[in-house]
Amino acid sequence: MTDLEVKEVTDPQKADVPMLEIRDVTKTFGSVISLFEISTTVRAGQVTCVLGDNGAGKSTFIKILSGVHQPDGGQLLVDGKPTRFGTPRDALDAGIATVFQDLAMVPLMAIWRNFFLGSEPTKGWGPFKRFDSASAKKITRKEMADMGIDIRDPDQPVGTLSGGERQSVAIARAVHFGARLLILDEPTSALGVKQAGVVLKYIVQARDRGLGVIFITHNPHHAYPVGDRFLLLKRGRSLGDFAKSEISLQELTRLMAGGAELEALAHELERDPGELGEVGRELAQDTESLG
Amino acid sequence: MTAATATVDERVAHVGILRRILLKPEFGALIGAIVIFVFFASQSDVFRSWTGAANWLDVSATLGLMAVPVALLMIGGHFDLSAGVQVGTAGLATGIMTTYWGLQLYASWAVSLALMLTIGFINGFLVTRTGLPSFIITLGMFLGLQGLNLGVTKQVTNTVQVGNLDLVPGYHALNNILGSTVTIGGADFPVAIIWWVGFTIVASWLLLKTRFGNWIFATGGEPNASKNVGVRTDRTTIALFMMTSFMAWFVGSTQIVRFATIQAQSGIGQELYYIVAAVIGGCLLTGGYGSAIGASLGALIFGMTEVGIVNLNWNSDWFKLFVGVMLLLAVLANQFVRRFAEQSRR
Repeated sequence: MTDLEVKEVTDPQKADVPMLEIRDVTKTFGSVISLFEISTTVRAGQVTCVLGDNGAGKSTFIKILSGVHQPDGGQLLVDGKPTRFGTPRDALDAGIATVFQDLAMVPLMAIWRNFFLGSEPTKGWGPFKRFDSASAKKITRKEMADMGIDIRDPDQPVGTLSGGERQSVAIARAVHFGARLLILDEPTSALGVKQAGVVLKYIVQARDRGLGVIFITHNPHHAYPVGDRFLLLKRGRSLGDFAKSEISLQELTRLMAGGAELEALAHELERDPGELGEVGRELAQDTESLG
Repeated sequence: MTAATATVDERVAHVGILRRILLKPEFGALIGAIVIFVFFASQSDVFRSWTGAANWLDVSATLGLMAVPVALLMIGGHFDLSAGVQVGTAGLATGIMTTYWGLQLYASWAVSLALMLTIGFINGFLVTRTGLPSFIITLGMFLGLQGLNLGVTKQVTNTVQVGNLDLVPGYHALNNILGSTVTIGGADFPVAIIWWVGFTIVASWLLLKTRFGNWIFATGGEPNASKNVGVRTDRTTIALFMMTSFMAWFVGSTQIVRFATIQAQSGIGQELYYIVAAVIGGCLLTGGYGSAIGASLGALIFGMTEVGIVNLNWNSDWFKLFVGVMLLLAVLANQFVRRFAEQSRR
């Protein structure tokens, strides 16, 4: 106990107090239990992956962390202090920024115009107040360089960027406007293999800069290489909250896929004399190899 | 990282000056304007004289003054089909209040401004509140004002025009501001040309150098995404409609002051030419892209052609054919140039 108290006094960023702790969070919509007693932690410089299939409760989970919904039970602790986010603004003020799938960007506009859209820096006064485009371009270039991307030309329209680059602009923007914890909502799901790799690199980059990252995905192969912690959701319940040392990629995949169900499906298909039987046998082998 | 930074400059150079110029929305209109000027100037002495220039610049200015705010509105994602008829409304309102109702000229000028800003606000408010296409909302406003212009004018004057503005006190001072001419090279250039250039510069500055301009592009480009990052899209839209009406007030006032008379049908049919000028100037019909200078160049192409055809003693019936062809060419060129310029360079 004394140990903990000492750490409380020191800088919470450096001490062992998680940036964000989610403790037994429950959310119901009418009679539907959307999330039930979910717990996990996010630390500075670490990536917490939230895995789950469609309908697992990932969206509700994000919305609670970003202040869109309020939990019906359990607690959110920011730097060890119980906190309640009444609005998305509260979450942003606490440094928690969500990068949604649609990215909130205007494809026809230049990168630097998008970067500062809605929060344009101005200089001058009265009727001569103008958009400080010189510093906007400079900051955009610098923030992107810090993410390890050189944008050839900040005047380039966002529409000409690849999906991965666009994602990185959104991340860099969130970081510039004060985020220390990023929630990335399925950033790789709409991307090809190569582009997904690019985004994973940016996630690592953000982590290495000391940011906390919550990475929402349904793909264990994307999550495992970058994650430090894995929260598995299924139908609103937690299948477990593991540190990387506690779980292997095989186990993760098996848990995600619902291994037992796959086996049952494989046996059923194997009984089919035709092509389906072949599929079933392959599936059986796959599930076996997953353990 | 050093390897990456080393290649930065190299790749910037590869973007190419040609592509950079092509990326400007007004590029096509600039080329068009040059070609048309060279053509008419080489064919007609009158066209290339000072008097000729005053003539085609005057026609261009009248159109261009309205094409500029209409272009900003289009970049913001909307049309204003009532823009033309509003010019008539503004002129008629100033005229009737002064010559028939005995209101002091400047007072009626101010009341007319308030009236026009209200019309613009109603357009913008209805568009943002109902979420209906601005095409249909402003079509309603167009028909309504057309009826109102004619109805009120007939009721008050028993004719279809309002005149005699030059007989009221204060007329000459106002005429100096709006309707006078500047003599250059022995030709009288209407002061409206200066206003046109001035408003084009202001609009361009607004669009490219201010936060409001950024919001115009954003509102027209991706309204939902813009809202999510804190852009006040509704306010931007309403402001754009009010700017269009403001310019209608300015142009309508210029017309009645210059000629001391305005017809009840004045301005009707012009709204499509404003849109055509904006499109020739590089505005996308879907919003989010375009330029104020381009719209002015589009208007210049119009003015030069309209006057040039007369100067060459061609039948002016051919003018409309030209406009149609020009519009189609402009749209195709815009499409092509944009694809070429925005080709992903991954």
